[in-house]
Amino acid sequence: MWNEKIEKMPADKLQTEQSKSLKSLVNLVYKNVEFYKKRMDDFGVKPTDIKDINDISKLPFTTKQDMREVYPLGLCAADKKDIVEVHMSSGTTGTPVVNSYTLEDIEIWSEVMARTLAQGGATSEDILQNAYGYGLFTGGFGVHYGGRKMGCFTIPISGGNTNRQLQVMRDFGSTLITCTPSYSLYLAEAGKEAGMDFSKMPLKAGFFGAEAWSETMRTEIEAKLHLKAYDIYGLTEIIGPGVAGECEAQEGLHFFEDHFYPEIINPDTGEVLPDGEKGELVITTLTRTGTPVLRYRTRDITYIFKEKCSCGRTHRRIHRLLGRTDDMLIIRGVNIFPSQIENVLLKQKGIEPHYLLVIDRVNNLDTLEVQVEMSDDLAFDSIKVVEKVEHDIAHALHNELLISAKVKLVAPKSIQRSEGKAKRIVDNRNI
Amino acid sequence: MIKQISVFMENKPGILLDMTKLLSAKNVNIKTLSLADTAEFGIARLIVDNPDGVAEMLKSNGFNARTTSVLAVEVPDQVGGLAMVLEVITEAGINVEYMYGFVEKKHPDKALLVFKVEEVDRAAEHLKSKGLNLVSKDDIS
Repeated sequence: MWNEKIEKMPADKLQTEQSKSLKSLVNLVYKNVEFYKKRMDDFGVKPTDIKDINDISKLPFTTKQDMREVYPLGLCAADKKDIVEVHMSSGTTGTPVVNSYTLEDIEIWSEVMARTLAQGGATSEDILQNAYGYGLFTGGFGVHYGGRKMGCFTIPISGGNTNRQLQVMRDFGSTLITCTPSYSLYLAEAGKEAGMDFSKMPLKAGFFGAEAWSETMRTEIEAKLHLKAYDIYGLTEIIGPGVAGECEAQEGLHFFEDHFYPEIINPDTGEVLPDGEKGELVITTLTRTGTPVLRYRTRDITYIFKEKCSCGRTHRRIHRLLGRTDDMLIIRGVNIFPSQIENVLLKQKGIEPHYLLVIDRVNNLDTLEVQVEMSDDLAFDSIKVVEKVEHDIAHALHNELLISAKVKLVAPKSIQRSEGKAKRIVDNRNI
Repeated sequence: MIKQISVFMENKPGILLDMTKLLSAKNVNIKTLSLADTAEFGIARLIVDNPDGVAEMLKSNGFNARTTSVLAVEVPDQVGGLAMVLEVITEAGINVEYMYGFVEKKHPDKALLVFKVEEVDRAAEHLKSKGLNLVSKDDIS
């Protein structure tokens, strides 16, 4: 266990700590963040109304839209000169969501990521192959800080370049791998083709996140790569990876509650639900100053376990994600809303904005096909005209959303119309 | 110049059969049909009598059809017939997008070459000036 004192802290003591942190947080954001001062004033709540952690439900929510509106640094509660790093959400048209970190924030990130790795048995002896992308995406750096804090031999190989991943894994004898679950299966297949026998490799654990996966997929990953596969959870709005993670029991993800406070709410009414009931996950960053967030509505659906975990940790666990309250798609780890694709399509010539998104998983990688109706007047008689329209759309999708999609023009009025909410997504992934 | 019907089709089994059945039910005689295909879709190009009417009929039956102006050049059905026409087109710097040919019932010794070109009017003028026989819709039967 990385930090036994905190991780096994008795529940009442943990609550006392959380209450203390929440009070300082509310004072801080009321004083330093214009957005929250106004939001709290509009909501009719003062910092003095917050006396303990249970008063958290008196605070207003924060949405993704709010975070876009305060772009770039509108939630920063620290002095700008104390910001040492910034990350941003990928795959958004228009305004991205920004998270800025003070040195203390980076220290928190390192701590929660070290806990995440330790929960899967990592020690300073381990060789960590970090195949999450480095850059504005939070995955690469978050894992990196955790590995460094723990003292792992950390290999910042970043995402992609499968041949090199396999070579490094073999030559350095990586014992830990971090990437998306689908990419781990892709690596397993590619390794097998290259003649690698994973049962003879020193790999012992993998930490997989950034997209939804299932128990079936876990079984498959564990069988093919001969390691234990751990689910980890995080999001750019809060810090990145390191918000919650599975322990050796692999029964739910422990929330690092001393830093990130989870609530489950009814997404329609906003009412807080008791542990054990399914609803939308809401998170408050109790200790951050670079980008403190009050009651962030994740739109992720899960529940908090009522039972204590057999591992002895007292921090509550969430069930692996059960879905979304909105129509957000996660394709190869990139978050995409159909409305973003629609916005790109609206600017294109030769088509009508009637579309169908077909998502599949081929050779363990997500694929997206965008079927879109051609305009009535498109001179489709020439193949190159059709192919140019398809190519231009694919190019625009890649430029604006950073996704690779196959675009397929279909005949006018061939996509099914429906009353009310249109069916625009066919997800054939079996996850 | 004549009008050709183009029908956009997804690559699905039976779709061409559905269209030809419909044409036969409506008593439309296909003078010639040429198919272009990619991995994802196909385009059927047809020469029929009354192309505008047939295109409308296809549309109202759910087919994605439109008409396109193409050049139809009559050449003797013999060696070198196509090369001769292409030479004339090439020397005018006109780009051919696609072409196909068929033999008419009325003149079994003549072949009809259908060309889709950019700048169709200029191409037609040029071919005529070189003494080639451009066919209009009334000539085909």
